[in-house]
Amino acid sequence: MNREKVIFAFFIVLALTLNFGFFLGEIDQEIHHNVFELFAALVVSMICTVLKFGDRTHLGALMLATSLVADLQLVIAAILWGFAEQISGGMTDSMMSSVVSLSGGALLANVISVILLVVETIVVRR
Amino acid sequence: MNNVFYLLLRRLRVPFITMIVVYSISILGFVLIPGQDDAGNVWRMDFFHAVYFVSFMGTTIGFGEIPFAFTDGQRMWTLLMIYATVVAWLYGIGSMLALLQEPVFGRLLRRRSFTSEVVGFAEPFYLICGYGVTGRLIVHKLANRDIRAVVIDINQDRIDDLEMDSLPIRVPGLCADAALPDVLDDAGLQHPYCIGVLALTDNDNSNLAVSIASKLLMPKRMVISRTEAEVTTANLLSFGTDQVVDPFEAYAGYLSMAIHTPYKHLVYDWLVNPFHRPLSSVYQQKQGRWIICGFGRFGRALYKAFKADDVFITVIDAKEQNVNQTEQQIWGIGTEAKTLEEANIHDAVGIVAGTDNDADNLSIIMTARGIKPKLVTVVRQNLDANRLVFRHSGADFVMEPGRIIANQIMAQIKTPLLPAFIDALKEYDDVWAHTLLNRMSSVVGEDELDSWAFVLGEEETPAIKMALEEETVIKMKVFLKDPRDRSQMLPGFPLMLRRGEEIKILPGELTELQLGDEILFCGLSKAFTQVEWTVNNYNVLQYILTGKDANNTLLSRWFNADQ
Repeated sequence: MNREKVIFAFFIVLALTLNFGFFLGEIDQEIHHNVFELFAALVVSMICTVLKFGDRTHLGALMLATSLVADLQLVIAAILWGFAEQISGGMTDSMMSSVVSLSGGALLANVISVILLVVETIVVRR
Repeated sequence: MNNVFYLLLRRLRVPFITMIVVYSISILGFVLIPGQDDAGNVWRMDFFHAVYFVSFMGTTIGFGEIPFAFTDGQRMWTLLMIYATVVAWLYGIGSMLALLQEPVFGRLLRRRSFTSEVVGFAEPFYLICGYGVTGRLIVHKLANRDIRAVVIDINQDRIDDLEMDSLPIRVPGLCADAALPDVLDDAGLQHPYCIGVLALTDNDNSNLAVSIASKLLMPKRMVISRTEAEVTTANLLSFGTDQVVDPFEAYAGYLSMAIHTPYKHLVYDWLVNPFHRPLSSVYQQKQGRWIICGFGRFGRALYKAFKADDVFITVIDAKEQNVNQTEQQIWGIGTEAKTLEEANIHDAVGIVAGTDNDADNLSIIMTARGIKPKLVTVVRQNLDANRLVFRHSGADFVMEPGRIIANQIMAQIKTPLLPAFIDALKEYDDVWAHTLLNRMSSVVGEDELDSWAFVLGEEETPAIKMALEEETVIKMKVFLKDPRDRSQMLPGFPLMLRRGEEIKILPGELTELQLGDEILFCGLSKAFTQVEWTVNNYNVLQYILTGKDANNTLLSRWFNADQ
């Protein structure tokens, strides 16, 4: 068992599960989507990105790209949430659905990331 | 090559994660800890305000407690988090600085900038492996002719030397092992503008590796290699290395020519050596016996060259493996008068101090001159650092093989016709060489004798090609007239004309030329710059041929019609 691999896989799967947990629920219902979950998803996704730094293989590059996509989507979602709450004067249903759909995009990127992780594990038969 | 970037990312992984974790914990803390608004109600900071506050707290800018004054709980958390974020920043910046100072990182950066500089070359260049005496001389000569070069040397000191030598054009250098193909590749081995590879390291195996790599990847490109062993010479020639130079053999041949055909030697010396010896320095030929001290690589090469000219030789050597290799051999170093007496120094004409120890060599010639002042002395210099002592040693010849082979290689680089001319020189006797030398001397005086060559055709002489296609008769003298005033002759003359396989030495001024002729000239380099006008500019050529400024513009035709 490789400790580094465990940590690596742990964070990648955690990023996916947190993201999924946030995404779950009615798209425009604020009550279904916890702000702390979005925060946790964003932080874990960022850690994942850093963990993927410095891998020179093709697969490594692909994983880094998916992670960057997830980061981008989640950061935009968080900014949108902040904008709705602080500047535009309160969360609306349409704002909420935008935030959740952005996190849905990040979810897709995280799914691809996990698929790549599985592919890598299968390819390296050790 | 993204090595640097990957190294940077990999090393900064832990600092980055530390920073993310510290920031997120700190933000989360501010969101969770209850605060008070100005009316005393419980107010919880939301993520927006928490991120804002932590961002400026982490960088210790400190805008104060916003949007409302903090409770004690919040202040305690702030206190903890200020230290945590500052330490995280220090850790991150410290790791980055440590990485920048690491020698590995510096090496990677240098290699990267070297590679990108070489890739960006858009003009022909030579790849030179080894920046010793020979490499340095060649790089300097190339730079003075505005030819670019790239240098690889395994020794960082030499690369530092390259950077210190103030060359007229920039020559990129890399400290790496030239025997490694990827190093060669980074230095432009496969670059379309690389026109020649010179393997000049003092390691025969490295030279071999460089030559093979170059010949495999680019079979048609010129490769010149230095070698010190006959085995390597044969090996190098077997796969088509264009020129193989052996410093010992080159010097032995040079010395033997100087002693037996002194004028021919001077012709050679003037053509290949920029600082030629004056005509009066010619050594007056004396038949007689020579003494060679030291029968190593140099001694052997010299022995062979002298034997070919039927000279009697006495060898002095103290090494067991060298004893009794020749007919007349004396045991000893040669630094003592007794040994030299034994070798019959009184009826010898010259002595060669050719051991691999500089102090011994100097001692040998001092002792020998003490016994017989009129002796011709040749001394071998092994270390470049001893140059000062050797220059004042008063020896007739100081053997610096590095210089000799640098000149040989430069002759090949300047024009392949020059070595062909030197080859052809062998057919002529010394009297003929003396006449040629007088002619050269009358043209250049004491200045440097330069040489240049033209291949008549589109590329090098477009104006002459045009004239020949119009069936104008072009004679050799076209190349010798001054384009500023055709009644004046330029300081130079043709040495050789090559037409297919046929070689004509010292062609006359009235020789008619054809397309494809190769002509070698010698003279002052300022003549060369003038001739460039004649061969490239059709109007200048017309002026030289007819004496008229043949401007074919509408305006000049109109003016000329008036007259």
